Amino acid sequence: MTCKVLIASPLRPYTGAREVDAAGGSLGELLADLDSRYPGIRFRMVDEQDRIRRHMRVFVNGEQTFDLGRTLHDGDEVQIVQALSGG
Amino acid sequence: MASRPKTPKKPAKSARKKAPHNLLLVATRKGAWIYHDDGARRAWRADGPHFLGHIIHHLVMDPRDGRTLLAAASTGHLGPTIFRSTDLGRSWTEATRPPAFTKTADGKGRSVNHTFWLTPAHANEPDVWYAGTSPQGLFRSEDGGVTWEPFSGVNDDPQYRAWMGGEQDGSPDGPRMHSIIVDPRDPAHLYFGMSSGGVHETRDGGRHWTPLVEGLEVVEGLDVGNLTFHDPHCVRMCPSNPDRLYQQNHCGIYRLDRPSTAWQRIGKAMPRSVGDVGFPMVVHPADDKTVWVFPMDGQTVWPRTSVGGKPCVYRTRNGGKSWQRMDAGMPKAEAWWTVKRQAMTADAQKKIGLYFGTTSGELWGSRDAGGNWRCLARHLPEIYAVETARTA
Repeated sequence: MTCKVLIASPLRPYTGAREVDAAGGSLGELLADLDSRYPGIRFRMVDEQDRIRRHMRVFVNGEQTFDLGRTLHDGDEVQIVQALSGG
Repeated sequence: MASRPKTPKKPAKSARKKAPHNLLLVATRKGAWIYHDDGARRAWRADGPHFLGHIIHHLVMDPRDGRTLLAAASTGHLGPTIFRSTDLGRSWTEATRPPAFTKTADGKGRSVNHTFWLTPAHANEPDVWYAGTSPQGLFRSEDGGVTWEPFSGVNDDPQYRAWMGGEQDGSPDGPRMHSIIVDPRDPAHLYFGMSSGGVHETRDGGRHWTPLVEGLEVVEGLDVGNLTFHDPHCVRMCPSNPDRLYQQNHCGIYRLDRPSTAWQRIGKAMPRSVGDVGFPMVVHPADDKTVWVFPMDGQTVWPRTSVGGKPCVYRTRNGGKSWQRMDAGMPKAEAWWTVKRQAMTADAQKKIGLYFGTTSGELWGSRDAGGNWRCLARHLPEIYAVETARTA
C-alpha cells in the first residue's frame, strides 16, 4: 500500500520535503519504510516501546490514531504533526 | 539524515588553520555554541548556533583525538538523539541507534526522554563513550557514539529501578544519571551518580555495581538508608589523584579518599550565610586539594538562585578545611541566576581558566583560577552545560 505522508516541520530535515510517499500495510510498516529511507526519523516520533511520543500526533485520513497496527490502504493520507503543546 | 537541523556556519579560514587553541563548548536550552579563543584566552569568537531550537543537554569533545564532538540533543516534541562531528561542528551526523531502553513485551517499559550526560571512556578504549539519561539509564557506545547499548544490569535491575524511584523522584526537569567517571588507571573502574539514587561504583566494567553513599546526608526526616533519597548533584575525580573524589550534593559538599568508602562533609566549613548547597563541582587538574563550587540558595522552597542575588564562586585550597569567596568582576547585587551541574568547568592551562554558564544565558570566564571574572557572552538561552576542550 502506498500512502501520502505529510511530514511535521521538525522532521523535514530528514525528508527534505513537506510530503513524501511511503509504503506499508499498517502504520508500523509505513513508519519502518520511512525510517529505511530517512534513517533516524522513526525514533524521533516513536519511542523504544513503540509508543507514539507524547508531543507527536498521527492522523490517518483525518482520524487520530496511536495504534501502530492500524491498517492502511492504498491512497490513505497519513499526517504526522507535532502536538499543539508549548507556548 | 538528508540534511541537518542546522547548517553550521563555517569558521573563518584563518581559524581553521590556526594552531591548537582552546574551545568552550556551550550547550543551551535552544542550541549549542562553540567559542574559539585567540590562543591566549583573551578573546573568544562564537560559532553558532548549532541545532537552533534543539535542547542540547551536553556537548563534549573527545580528548583522545581532539576533534570528535558529541552533542546530546532533543526538542520539545521530538525524541532524543546524539549528533557527532569530526570537524569541529562544520558538519554533523546522527547516531543510527541513540540510547534507548530495552523494549518490554508489554510495551510499558521506560523510554529515554533525553541523554543528559556524555563521558569519553578510557584512553585505551578510543571509540568508547558512556551516556547517562533521563529517566536514569546507563549506556555505552563502542563506535564513537554511532550506536549505543544499554547496561541492563543497571537499567533493568529491580534493585536499581527501586533506587531510581519514579518520574517524581528526581530533579524538577526529570530524574537523571550523571557524573559518569572513568578511572584513568583502570578502564573497568567506573562511577556514576543518580539524582536521585546515590553514587555507585563498579570495578569490573559494569557487571556489578556497589552503592557508595556512606557519610552522605539526606533531606531532614527522610531515611538515609534508602538510596532513593540520596541526591548527588555532581561528582568529580581529581585528575592528579584518582583516589580522591569531590561531590556537590543536594545536602552539602563532600570529599572521599579511597580506599575509604565514607564521604566527609567538607561543606561545613563554608560560611553559614552562604551554605554548601549548589550544583557544580570543579576540580583542579593538577592539585587535589583545590576545588571550586558555585553556591546557590537551597532554603525553604529551593529558589535555586545565587544566594541573596550575589553570585560567587567559592574555592578551597586545602581539601575543604577552609573556603574563600571569589567574586571579583561579578555583579555585586540583584543577579538572581545560578549555574547548573554541567555548566562550570576548568581548563588545563598552566594558569587555570575557569568558566561557567548561567541560567540567564551569560557565559563567564576567569584566566586566573577564579581571581578575576569577566562576562564572555550574554543573551544566550539558558545554559545547561559548559565544557572546555583543546583542538588537536
